Amino acid sequence: MKIEEIVKTLGLEVVCGGDHLGKEVTGGYTGDLLSDVMGNAREGFLWITRQVHQNIVAVASLKELAGIILINSCQPARETTEKAEAEKIPILVSNLPAFELSGKVYNLLTAKSS
Amino acid sequence: MGETNQNLYSGSFNIEGGNFNSAGIVSTNIKSILKKLGIPGDLVRKAAIVSYEAEINVVSYAKKAVVNLTVNSGTVQIEVIDEGPGIPNIELAMQEGWSTADQKIREMGFGAGMGLCNIKNYSDDFHITSEVGKGTHLKMIIQTP
Repeated sequence: MKIEEIVKTLGLEVVCGGDHLGKEVTGGYTGDLLSDVMGNAREGFLWITRQVHQNIVAVASLKELAGIILINSCQPARETTEKAEAEKIPILVSNLPAFELSGKVYNLLTAKSS
Repeated sequence: MGETNQNLYSGSFNIEGGNFNSAGIVSTNIKSILKKLGIPGDLVRKAAIVSYEAEINVVSYAKKAVVNLTVNSGTVQIEVIDEGPGIPNIELAMQEGWSTADQKIREMGFGAGMGLCNIKNYSDDFHITSEVGKGTHLKMIIQTP
């Protein structure tokens, strides 16, 4: 499933990286500890987090994640969006908390692949 | 197959302690160098993980560090030599969840006591030595085809 389908279905706000929503999403990972994501997320995953500082872009880029979804309407810091644009990492925002958003993304990804 | 131990790349990078804004730049550099050398993607990502974790440790705790990247046919070696407080008990520091990070570091989602474990798990060979009051020396090796 492409990021743009998830954006459309869940009504996510696209803060940056709108030109890179054609990336294929292979799974998801939810977490606010950067080393946890570094160790356990996989290439092509969407990362659900409430961290908004610029280091999330380095993690997403180094791990080749598909994109980042911020929860609870959290907005990224300005440096975060600048870095994300440069690194071609989409940053999306949801008004849902992590638990609900993870469930919805999980259902979308598993429904599509079954 | 190339000659064994043929050197494909040697280079050094500097990391500035305390600067979270530039954290990740050295790892990004290493990643792009390895990609250009044609190292397979999964191994490039392993190298990116170990170098990023080491970089974050330097930024979080040390004054500065030098990173030496040596790519030979068959191995990628990343050495991180920092000037910093050192680690009094390496066995303890290697335990998942053990951390001396302050509140500011933890609020950013770092300092969860997972960094050295990630480095160990994603390296094929990992050495750590440390001297209190001087610094810490990490050596990570990833095998390549």
